[in-house]
Amino acid sequence: MTIQDSTPKPSAPAPAQDETITGAQSLVRSLEHAGVDTIFGIPGGCILPAYDPLFDSSIRHILVRHEQGAGHAAQGYAAATGKVGVCMATSGPGATNLVTPIADAHMDSVPLVAITGQVGASQIGTDAFQEADIRGITMPVTKHNYLVTDPADIPATIAEAFYIASTGRPGPVLVDIAKSALVATTEFRWPEQLHLPGYRPVTKPHAKQVREAARLVVEARKPVLYVGGGTIRARASEELRRLAERTGIPVVTTLMARGAFPDSHPQHLGMPGMHGSVAAVAGLQKSDLIVSLGARFDDRVTGNLETFAPGAKVVHADIDPAEIGKNRAVDVPIVGDVKQVIDELDEAIEALHQHGEAGDYEGWTAFLAGVKDRYPLGYDEPDDGSLSPQYVIERLGAISGPETIFTSGVGQHQMWAAQFISYEHPHTWLNSGGLGTMGYGVPSAMGAKVGRPDATVWAIDGDGCFQMTNQELATCTIEGIPVKIAVINNESLGMVRQWQTLFYDGRYSSTDLQSKRVPDFVKLAEAYGAVGLSCDDPADVDATIAKAMEINDVPVVIDFRVHRDAMVWPMVAAGASNDEIKYARDLAPDFEEDDL
Amino acid sequence: MTSTESHTLSVLVENQPGVLARIAGLFSRRGYNIESLAVGPTEHAEISRMTIVVNVEDSPLEQVTKQLNKLVEVIKIVELEPRDSVERELMLVKVRADAASRGQVLDAIQLFRAKVVDIAVDAVTVQVTGNSDKLADFLRIMEPFGVRELVQSGVIAIGRGSRSISERSLKAAPPVSTTA
Repeated sequence: MTIQDSTPKPSAPAPAQDETITGAQSLVRSLEHAGVDTIFGIPGGCILPAYDPLFDSSIRHILVRHEQGAGHAAQGYAAATGKVGVCMATSGPGATNLVTPIADAHMDSVPLVAITGQVGASQIGTDAFQEADIRGITMPVTKHNYLVTDPADIPATIAEAFYIASTGRPGPVLVDIAKSALVATTEFRWPEQLHLPGYRPVTKPHAKQVREAARLVVEARKPVLYVGGGTIRARASEELRRLAERTGIPVVTTLMARGAFPDSHPQHLGMPGMHGSVAAVAGLQKSDLIVSLGARFDDRVTGNLETFAPGAKVVHADIDPAEIGKNRAVDVPIVGDVKQVIDELDEAIEALHQHGEAGDYEGWTAFLAGVKDRYPLGYDEPDDGSLSPQYVIERLGAISGPETIFTSGVGQHQMWAAQFISYEHPHTWLNSGGLGTMGYGVPSAMGAKVGRPDATVWAIDGDGCFQMTNQELATCTIEGIPVKIAVINNESLGMVRQWQTLFYDGRYSSTDLQSKRVPDFVKLAEAYGAVGLSCDDPADVDATIAKAMEINDVPVVIDFRVHRDAMVWPMVAAGASNDEIKYARDLAPDFEEDDL
Repeated sequence: MTSTESHTLSVLVENQPGVLARIAGLFSRRGYNIESLAVGPTEHAEISRMTIVVNVEDSPLEQVTKQLNKLVEVIKIVELEPRDSVERELMLVKVRADAASRGQVLDAIQLFRAKVVDIAVDAVTVQVTGNSDKLADFLRIMEPFGVRELVQSGVIAIGRGSRSISERSLKAAPPVSTTA
């Protein structure tokens, strides 16, 4: 097995073994050996020794404006490329500022390595200046983490960190390195073997389980493929399409899996969950077999677990055995890499087909096609002719096209971006699904653009989210990372406001951001060396987007001043049953059970 | 079928700093209750063994072991069934024992095959080992005399028979090559 891309780069210094160097040089050389081409970070006292050899390295260091930006940028880089994202920070506050993106990467299974400086080994535990026990702090939110005090341990630790972050269920690994280890002399020795007796991810599915799953698939009358983010991490989109088309089973893609299966595909029912399409929610809820592929039965998908898909048997395939049976009882558990699982499941089903055993889903697919037809995603235009956020997002998707990478913050604009943009390819929709981190949008777009410089990258952000991390515009301008940002400015913490409308009698406590008044987003963009545009008329939307599409040398920010009362529909209220889905306020779909 | 009862887990872990914090943190953040925990070295210098008693229903127990298994430094987890294993705890207890009562106290100690490890004019300190039931019984007998202080270890447990859980788990872990 290879640890990431270990091909040495032409400009990298020759990988001399056993040469006496400093721990800092050993660290940088180790990162080069691990195939790192980009690090997002900010130096400071304890990590400072590492920045000296980094100065001469082939690795590009991108100096961000806040460590949270470094972490989300590394996530965006990783999610767009599939490679391990790397961020670096100093001890204490530098390290604690990384906690949010690390926790985010942990929830969304993003391969990430975070390198932090620590106070000198002899000072650890003394409440030294800028000391924080970042290993202790990040234990609950990392896949694994390390504190290195012996410089001789640096290469093996870095090798292990990249191996653990990128294999099995991907996740964040933090390596905290004492300053004393960075300044000490050591010998560089890249390990030939890693000794990880407790880390043995199972990738090959059990053949018997796969056969049982295939049997359930052909026996089912109302099956659905419940596709999660694991399918994207496993790069299993092609296999998924083959399986779906061979069987004719309808597909739903979760928020983390948008793009894993083409939205334009007739078998695609859309996104399930709290703000899912009626067809996708009904498809799960009324199914007799759920084939879960790299999904985790998250509460935002299932609603009330007690009443979720009551008639469904469950095949649950995941690389993480702990996800299987965690929330929903399982009939056929399959532990394995989703790509291999789908491949082998497809083979097993094909074998059954050849014996004349194929599933009959005709009534089911007709029923769902009817639901999809009767309850398409939609929205009402505001009466006063003002701009509707859904329209803006729909046009962004249409004009920019399916090769574009979209990132988002968290809230209403995120849901609309998941709903109203048609995703055709994996790795084109990057968002913070599990942790729900406002502020993910701008820095993740920056990281995605660095990883995929050829792609157009749009951050669809809210006015609240944008104000949490927009300082990375400085980084984007200075480092030549021309991202495009659409601020969906409804001058509110929109999703919270929506809940206040629905559940708190319209009492808008602390959700009015007044961001059409302060700040001036156009001036803000200009202050950062970006182009600032503004749009508040539906008639100008296309032209404004087209103008932004033409600017490819600096970042662009469009302040889309939208009306503030738009709400995200459909909606299943938190904790409610998926049977209680409303496709608009007080409007419940009529599933015409007799059709089934 | 769910039943809330105690389960004894033997957990082999890499002998690394911080591993106890990882395991304790996992239990607390996932809402699992540790009844007792004992940790110590094994016959292999690089492996420590924890004996953890948890009180959970059956299905959360599966989650406990799966989540523990995800920790990189956890090598192996075995649930030890009371029937097929030997469980022991150690208790040191300081019992009031003056000239009048000392004889009775010493008799009881002998019956439990416990051991006096320290003696003072008005107290004896007793070491007693056994399973939880035996220690509870012993305490009940001592209470009338007056228990002044007690300290108790966590449960340690080992499977019966000749098989060793650590030997097999070490063999099952080949190193990973860093080259293609």
